[in-house]
Amino acid sequence: MALEIIESCINCWACEPLCPQQAIQAATPHFLIDADRCTECSGDFAAPQCASICPIEGAIINELGEALNPPGSLTGIPPARWAAAQAEIAAR
Amino acid sequence: MDLPVVEPSPPAVAGCSAGSCGSTVRQMDDLSDAIRARVQDHPCYSEDAHHYFARMHVAVAPACNIQCHYCNRKYDCANESRPGVVSELLTPDQAVRKTLAVAATIPQMSVLGIAGPGDPLANPRRTFETFRQLAQKAADIKLCVSTNGLVLPEYVEELTRYHIDHVTITINCVDPAVGARIYPWIFWKNRRVFGHEAAAILIAQQQKGLEMLIARGILVKVNSVLIPGVNDAHLPEVSKIVKAKGAFLHNVMPLIAEAGHGTFYGVMGQRSPQPAELKALQDACAGDMNMMRHCRQCRADAVGLLGEDRGAEFTLDKIEAMEIDHEAAKVVRAELRAQIAAELAAKRARTQAPAAATTPQVIRMQPHVAKSAHPVGRSVLMAVAAKNGLVAVHFGHAREFLVYEASADGARLVGHRKAASYCAGDESCGDAEAVLAATIRALADCEVVLCSRIGFEPWGQLEAAGIHPNGDYAMQPIEEAVMAVWNGMLVAGKLAIGRIAAKCA
Repeated sequence: MALEIIESCINCWACEPLCPQQAIQAATPHFLIDADRCTECSGDFAAPQCASICPIEGAIINELGEALNPPGSLTGIPPARWAAAQAEIAAR
Repeated sequence: MDLPVVEPSPPAVAGCSAGSCGSTVRQMDDLSDAIRARVQDHPCYSEDAHHYFARMHVAVAPACNIQCHYCNRKYDCANESRPGVVSELLTPDQAVRKTLAVAATIPQMSVLGIAGPGDPLANPRRTFETFRQLAQKAADIKLCVSTNGLVLPEYVEELTRYHIDHVTITINCVDPAVGARIYPWIFWKNRRVFGHEAAAILIAQQQKGLEMLIARGILVKVNSVLIPGVNDAHLPEVSKIVKAKGAFLHNVMPLIAEAGHGTFYGVMGQRSPQPAELKALQDACAGDMNMMRHCRQCRADAVGLLGEDRGAEFTLDKIEAMEIDHEAAKVVRAELRAQIAAELAAKRARTQAPAAATTPQVIRMQPHVAKSAHPVGRSVLMAVAAKNGLVAVHFGHAREFLVYEASADGARLVGHRKAASYCAGDESCGDAEAVLAATIRALADCEVVLCSRIGFEPWGQLEAAGIHPNGDYAMQPIEEAVMAVWNGMLVAGKLAIGRIAAKCA
């Protein structure tokens, strides 16, 4: 049972001091979670701390590969609207 | 929300509201000498100081504990100039080296701020380690911090430990219903809190932090982002409340929102305010509050005078190669500060003397106008291509224009407009037409543009747009030049009240 930080991480350091197991390492190109140490905060907090402060949708996933913060959940931008805006910018 | 009502202290000059009265010098006269002494070399707290003194931000604070709809945490761009954007993140040790290198190279450097790119107080170890070292190594540099306020109450004590006496809090609302449309979530007590509940907590913390700072004698500036249709009607109330609690200056800034920035507002099509909307709101708040008009919405790693960014001269590799005599640099800074303080004192004496002889209400830059018992003439907006307080920049090289409102009460800075300098040399002049057109649009509400020189082509286009170019006051102090032009227009009969120029319609 461990979470994973993936490449969309922006290295903002918000998660690192919060981890009760000190499982998060500052690394490049993105931060990493030590799977052997991560407990998903079970027993310490109601919700995993890293995923509760991470500002980037999709940057933290569980063992099933599911995003703890799925698209639209943090920014409030509906995914379809985001896709349309990106397409419009690309077409300029 | 419990917002205790505090009786505002009476204005120092009876019958004179900040909105109707006077110039910078005038506004500063309403402050106690003690406060003036504390802000006179801080470019973000004193309009006078911003012509002479430089500041820098060090990007040591990447983490944030809230999300704002005008911010995209992924953004990192060398060419963008707006809050929250940086090129390289620094460790505290790197930030201290950079600060000392800048202070040795730019002796006008008087202030070091930490403003992100996240929230400084959401990065307490990094922020306070930077302050701790600088308080020891460069005691003559003022330290300041800009925060969203969420965890401000728990760090007020620690801020006082490093002699930080200037704090900026971004307060966009005092009503959670408004806040819920600005802040999608906050991180609070080990969980992510959304919506109305999040906004209510944030607002309560901001107000509590503001009160605690004031109780300790720390100067507080409040920043607000003007978001049309979201908090525009609400900001005068914000201004009133923060003033009543003791904030010293209110800085209402325009929302910057473009789809390409990837922010909620940008993607969802929220519009940014027009310059005239911003000015109208600032004027509406000015009856209650000292308003900041010279903010340039700089990056979280900006270096130099407001309006310029010399960050590229101080990248980590360049700093490593510098040889610096820190003690000698301190002496140079002290000498320069004394010289600027003397200049400012002389300027104050010049502008105050004639006013003191007549009524205390009006600054008379031109004695022949001062003789009129009932000064007449409508106010006029003038754009100035300025540097160091002088009309000193070629129109085609200006990256920004300061906008002054001239009237019988004197010249008053009311804003600034960005412009891409269109005459950048030989190769890049292809876009000259488009850039000139954009500049003219940005200055649409101005009747005059003052600059040191101007080319034939833009002269004609400005005139065609109803903006009169003027290069007669090159290297003259801005306020004197603006008033001389205004007096000229008055004498020429162009300023009859009631005869509103087409531009003002």
